[in-house]
Amino acid sequence: MPEQGLQVENLHVWRGERHVLRGVHFALAPGACLEVSGANGAGKTSLLRTLCGLTYPEEGRVLWDGQDVRGDLAAFHRLLAYLGHEPPLKADLSARENLRYWIGIRRRIRAADLDAALARVGASPWCERLVRTLSAGQRRRVALAGLALLAVPLWLLDEPTTHLDAQGQVLVGELIGEQLARGGMVVAAVHHELSGSVGELRRLELPG
Amino acid sequence: MSLDAARLALTRDLHLAFRKRGQLVQPLAFFAIVTVLFPLSSSPELAQLRRVAPGALWVGALLASLLALEFLFRDDAYDGTLEQYALSGRSLTGLVFAKTAAHWLLTGLPLSLMAPLAALSLGAPPRSVPGILAAVGVGSVALSLIGSVGAALTLGIKRSGALLSLLTLPLSLPVLIFGARATELAIHGASLLAPLELLAALAVLALTLAPLAAAAAVRISLE
Repeated sequence: MPEQGLQVENLHVWRGERHVLRGVHFALAPGACLEVSGANGAGKTSLLRTLCGLTYPEEGRVLWDGQDVRGDLAAFHRLLAYLGHEPPLKADLSARENLRYWIGIRRRIRAADLDAALARVGASPWCERLVRTLSAGQRRRVALAGLALLAVPLWLLDEPTTHLDAQGQVLVGELIGEQLARGGMVVAAVHHELSGSVGELRRLELPG
Repeated sequence: MSLDAARLALTRDLHLAFRKRGQLVQPLAFFAIVTVLFPLSSSPELAQLRRVAPGALWVGALLASLLALEFLFRDDAYDGTLEQYALSGRSLTGLVFAKTAAHWLLTGLPLSLMAPLAALSLGAPPRSVPGILAAVGVGSVALSLIGSVGAALTLGIKRSGALLSLLTLPLSLPVLIFGARATELAIHGASLLAPLELLAALAVLALTLAPLAAAAAVRISLE
């Protein structure tokens, strides 16, 4: 019986001349959250990008339910959601249109679900406005709504609380809590500890 | 399901283009200016003008389509959309092809519709209009597809314009040559079937290979 969830074995990543990740090793079972911390440039973003397969590791493997994800990368991608530094939103579309296209490319969504997700992050009053008129925090909230809509077991989040006000940070904690309660997994690169997460919380400190 | 995703990506690009119309007009205006300036700068004699018309038309169309290529992936690379496409679990080739198709609808198709008008202003007889429309229409499909590979390869590079032309122009030359030949035959009222078939063959070849190559190049640029 292979292990369930995400396992990372001895990951080494070089960026040019720099040895960014030196043998990262961890396992994450369903319902668990991993907080990755470390100084700027310690390789938090590189780790997330390697986990989701955007960057190839020089050494080591990423396993999902015991299978190397390189075997069927597309199938692995259907199970994960990755949110980078910047929300992947188009400035010239409204918040709602952005979600309809971004999420719609991955799965069918009903208008009611879209409304519910936008309401959940407090975006209902301004979801028809063009994203270029929204603040950085509002854009982050739209991205969080997208994350919830994707309904995938693995979330890879890069600084999910950046630009968010106190309420927004609580919201991130709640969303992560719900994800864990569903048996999902979260890997989050953070500078500040996440608030209010439930379930199993683990920490990984990357050396600078 | 990948087909649905590609269709949605196509709709999305058309929707976005509709929101920023200024960007669309630029290559078309360039094409119009080049073809209008040509008769002014050369002899106004009809026979002379007809002789240079195919060349002027195709060089204008080629450079206009090159001008539009820079926008093909750039914005999507900046705001993380390409990253989300690559991680969508859908065929990246399909999504990149959808983007190229939208790009052709927004630049290649209007260029093809403008080309007969430009040809008329260069002294082409009205009976040549269908032939020129067909030649530029088929040729612009090949140009958009060839260009998508160049645009994807130069994604990670700032000020990529010069390199993009360097990569794309040599591959576009057969389109230029057969396109100009087809236009010349159309102006003289001869059958342009032979060069048109060669253009179509080039377009089909680009259709089969370019989306695969462009998708692979996008993946590399995201690393």
